[in-house]
Amino acid sequence: MLEQLLFGIEVALNGLMTGVLYALVALGFVLIFKASGVFNYAQGVMALFAALTLVGFQNGQIPFAHLINAVLGTNVHHFGWHLPALLSVVMALASMVLLAVIVERLMLKYLINQEPVILFMATIGLAYFLEGFGDMMWGSEVKKLDIGLPVGPSDSIESFTYDLFGYGFFIDRLDIVAAIVAALLVVTLTVFSQYSKIGRALRAVADDHQAALSVGISLRFIWVVVWSIAGFVALVAGIMWGAKSGVQFSLSLIALKALPVLMLGGFTSIPGAIVGGLIIGVGEKLFDFLLGPIIGGATENWFAYVLALLFLVFRPQGLFGERIIERV
Amino acid sequence: MFYRETGEFRTSYPNDSQTFPIKFDRRLYYIMLFAAFGVIPFLINDYWANAVFVPFLIWAMAALGLNLLTGYCGQISLGTGGFMAVGAYACYKLMTAFPEMSIILCIMFAGVITALVGILFGLPSLRIKGFYLAVATLAAQFFLVWLFNKVPWFYNYSSSGQISAPERTVLGVAVTGSFTEAWAKYLFCLTMVFVFAWVARNLTRGAIGRSWMAIRDMDIAAEIIGVNPMKAKLSAFALSSFYIGMAGAMFFANYLGAIEATEAFGINQSFLVLFMIIIGGLGSIAGSFIGAAFLVLMPVLLKNILVGQMGWNTAIATHLEFIIIGGLIVLVLIVEPHGMAQLWRVAKEKLRLWPFPHAS
Repeated sequence: MLEQLLFGIEVALNGLMTGVLYALVALGFVLIFKASGVFNYAQGVMALFAALTLVGFQNGQIPFAHLINAVLGTNVHHFGWHLPALLSVVMALASMVLLAVIVERLMLKYLINQEPVILFMATIGLAYFLEGFGDMMWGSEVKKLDIGLPVGPSDSIESFTYDLFGYGFFIDRLDIVAAIVAALLVVTLTVFSQYSKIGRALRAVADDHQAALSVGISLRFIWVVVWSIAGFVALVAGIMWGAKSGVQFSLSLIALKALPVLMLGGFTSIPGAIVGGLIIGVGEKLFDFLLGPIIGGATENWFAYVLALLFLVFRPQGLFGERIIERV
Repeated sequence: MFYRETGEFRTSYPNDSQTFPIKFDRRLYYIMLFAAFGVIPFLINDYWANAVFVPFLIWAMAALGLNLLTGYCGQISLGTGGFMAVGAYACYKLMTAFPEMSIILCIMFAGVITALVGILFGLPSLRIKGFYLAVATLAAQFFLVWLFNKVPWFYNYSSSGQISAPERTVLGVAVTGSFTEAWAKYLFCLTMVFVFAWVARNLTRGAIGRSWMAIRDMDIAAEIIGVNPMKAKLSAFALSSFYIGMAGAMFFANYLGAIEATEAFGINQSFLVLFMIIIGGLGSIAGSFIGAAFLVLMPVLLKNILVGQMGWNTAIATHLEFIIIGGLIVLVLIVEPHGMAQLWRVAKEKLRLWPFPHAS
């Protein structure tokens, strides 16, 4: 019985760690939603794209190698160098900023004043585009991401808990790193948005577009900034997920997992994204642990959505969301 | 010169309220019907049926269904794939449980069952809206597909987990199963789609369609002027799911013959149908067909050109397809949020006045 209980706690702890990773993706959503009212479906694909770019730079892949080979009949693959991890991270970040600028120039600029739903669908289009573009640029095979993060089970925690409870907890070191990074990220973003000039402008835009414009804040610049930050968060999420399970298409599916996280936490709340992520992470792991064997397993696929669905029926604005007020 | 309403006098109400009030439109419609029913069945072969016409018709049916919900009633759904799965599995259970029952009835009952499931998953729409609802419908998508994979009753305990359609006939001609001829398959799907597109068109012209549009345009205002939002939303969910369920049933029985839920009805299908109605035109019956035609034909065309003509490998063609679809969605939303159907409407307006742009 105690064994079972401890195992359950271990499952919950691991769920907590997965939840942190969901929260990382959800954070990107919240940032963009708060500042521009755009529900950015492409966030997950941005994480995939960022991770692909990072791996591509690091391994010195030639962009569009497959396309070049197909058109010109050549056979090129790699430049033949390996960049240091830090440099390639910086380069990947630069590409995400570039992406933000391009998205603003080619897409958002023309969609100002459209209904939120239209913008949402536009970002679905963007997600498809990026997915194809990323694969075209770097190839669609599963890639290994290695920038020197610690992976594998943590021996010290296992032995420590073994001494304490007589049962060694199995916790991936990468998950611990992810949790620390997520905490740092939240603190940094909060400080940034509270105390820096751009951060204040961001909050002004989030509050009221027109009022922000009238005091001289450039909306377009702010949007580029927001999308760049979201790109940065996507890069972090991409690195964590990529290091955990390889850079592959399924990475973009975590975006879908981040949606119920958001609905639980509320679309406009950064702490909400974190709490929602943790609830979903723990919830789906525990649910699968307790009921999975009875009803057939693999419940992780839908548990989050059904939970969010039931939750929304009772509290449409989420846990921390602002109250929805409607007028004719 | 040819697209004119001059000289066409409508002297009775039925005359005035017909679907195509302008003679040119009407003729075009009859010509297309004649081509679809009277010409194509004689020319069609297996390749054209399986690669182009049958998938086009089935996706058009699904797009019609989603358009009723999203285009007319304004409720976004990302659960289309899940509802299609319900239709397919319901059809399979009906076909195997009642071997004497006509396939047409099977498909329609599958639609009815899907409609009930649709109402169930439509209930949250009474509380939440917009993309909150879109995300909530994802629950339907993932839960339903999971259900059909995990509960063996749904696939009659077959060892492969697949379901495959037994042979069924209409008027003595096989329309499902592996011995179906191309023309029979095509004609069957065409008839179903034609009948239900006609029904959909008339639904949207009637009281129920107008109540949907009122809800779409502004639900609170609609409620104030006396539209019952619960009735409107749930009926939209029910009818939409009915169409989508039938599309799923046909997708399984007539088109693929054997399917496995995760592959055939994944989240990608939900998006595909959503893209069809965005590109084709939200809130337009013709738009559903245009969108379906576009998204069915384009991959075939791209594949033929890139893989067949230029000898690229299929992976690149697929990536390019993603890029083009994604780019097109964004482009369509920027240039014409009402889709290709709107382009056609604008073209007609221009044609009516041509060559005198400043007349009237």
